[in-house]
Amino acid sequence: MAAYLLRRLALTVPVLLGVATLVFALIHLVPGDPAEAMLGETAPAADLADLRAKLGLNDPLLTQYGHFLRGLIRGDLGTSFRYNTPVRQEIAQRLGRTAQLAIAAMVVAVLIAIPLGVIGAIYRGRAPDQIAMTVSLAGIAMPNFWLGPLLALVFAVWLGWLPVSGTGTSAHLVLPAVTLGAALAAMTARMARASLIDELRELYVLAARARGLSWRRAVLAHALRNSLIPVVTIIGLQLGAVLTGTIITETIFAWPGVGRLLIQAISFRDYPLVQGCILFIAVTYVAMNLVVDLLYGWLDPRIRYR
Amino acid sequence: MTRRLGIWIIAITAAAAVVGPWLVHADPSYQDLADRLAAPSREHWLGLDELGRDVLARLVAGARISLLVGIAVVGISATVGIAVGSLAGYLGGWFDDGIGRMMDVLLAFPGILLAIALVAVLGPSLTNVVLALVTIGWVSYARLVRGQVLKVRELEYVQAARALGAPLGRVLLKHVIPATMTAVTVQATLGMAGAIIAEASLSFLGLGVQPPTPSWGTMLDAGRSHLFDAPHLTLVPGAAIAILVLGFNFAGDALRDRLDPRAT
Repeated sequence: MAAYLLRRLALTVPVLLGVATLVFALIHLVPGDPAEAMLGETAPAADLADLRAKLGLNDPLLTQYGHFLRGLIRGDLGTSFRYNTPVRQEIAQRLGRTAQLAIAAMVVAVLIAIPLGVIGAIYRGRAPDQIAMTVSLAGIAMPNFWLGPLLALVFAVWLGWLPVSGTGTSAHLVLPAVTLGAALAAMTARMARASLIDELRELYVLAARARGLSWRRAVLAHALRNSLIPVVTIIGLQLGAVLTGTIITETIFAWPGVGRLLIQAISFRDYPLVQGCILFIAVTYVAMNLVVDLLYGWLDPRIRYR
Repeated sequence: MTRRLGIWIIAITAAAAVVGPWLVHADPSYQDLADRLAAPSREHWLGLDELGRDVLARLVAGARISLLVGIAVVGISATVGIAVGSLAGYLGGWFDDGIGRMMDVLLAFPGILLAIALVAVLGPSLTNVVLALVTIGWVSYARLVRGQVLKVRELEYVQAARALGAPLGRVLLKHVIPATMTAVTVQATLGMAGAIIAEASLSFLGLGVQPPTPSWGTMLDAGRSHLFDAPHLTLVPGAAIAILVLGFNFAGDALRDRLDPRAT
């Protein structure tokens, strides 16, 4: 396992370096002068020169790249142009909210997906299965930027059960979490159904029934447990989608997380903050994939020897 | 059943995009401020928006944008992906390694994040949306084609063409790439759905098509501010996006079943 861990970590280093390089390149892709783009065309020349110096844009490209990488190693993501505070601090302030939303979305997804999948598998081909799979198809087809406003329309505007947006109580978390978790729930439900159908064909289920176990116990205690491995896999693979989904979901529901910070930074042309948010999301994504890979290696020893 | 449904959805949307402006007599830019946010009626089947513009006319005009972006992104991504993937798979060596590392880095960015980053710095416009989506889109085609080429290049007819002295371009264009087209076609159909959703997402975030050009994403974004007084502004464009995406997904799945029965 240690060799697998080291090999997998070694593979991650060039990817992280590539990600950092791309993020560094972003500010140099700004058409014209980035300082002018941030301050506006009418900004005084002295202010433009100050900002250029502050961003280090007057240095040779390689020097800038070196400073950028050294900063990253120290955890320094630069200073926000709008807030005049370290980018790291702005992200840290909102990180908890994004994590809260992502975790709630995963919980919602699992709570919806497993019952739907079980219903689909047990009633395969019959009305409950068709209803469960139609619901899951709707979840896959509905983009979250439509589902969010739609849920707000029904549950906040028409029924008045939940707040439209913002934070404060646990009720504020419900609509964003369902919006973000719906697509994952839909995909996971389909996988759970397919996997459970396969398991129900296995002889050990028949043997459990022959030993006198009830059908419910044979399904829930034996087949369902074994069918969960591919389900965990698909949830792991979708972590990235959940992470990027927070950008749109936080924007819809004015949820003060890193995703909303990114969109606000873009509208203010706060490029250091944009770079910081992009880098943070991308590195979190790479780290999550690494953890998921390592978990697979731990769960299934065959993967380690490939 | 779903195959036919998918094809019908795509055909109706394409027809609406092409001939719709002649059938819907309203101008998508004309503003009737006195009747702004009007609910659907006999005169305006899908109502009016926040500036008093006909929602049906804007929906039809938005279909053009969605399909054009989809075709442009898929067309360019597939062309670049096929070229890069076939060369990497066929040549191997340092070229394949270099492309492989580049693809690893691009795939390390979750989905649309890189597109958001690129549009954020390049500025919001339709051209930049296409450019950003192509930047992330070509990788999946390149990976797919590379994998296929690794198998095809060892086949006897390809070896024979090489032995007869056919130049690299001819071997790739006449013998190798055609063998990968089945998989590419399926990927392109599903890719249309992805490109349409991505364009709508960027426009929804204010990073895509800019007003007053009608786009389903910007329509949905504008409708969000009128959830209380004009819910049709949220319902209509969202439904259009979801149905078209479903159509391309159905068609892609059906195509895969038809062209590659082993996949099912």
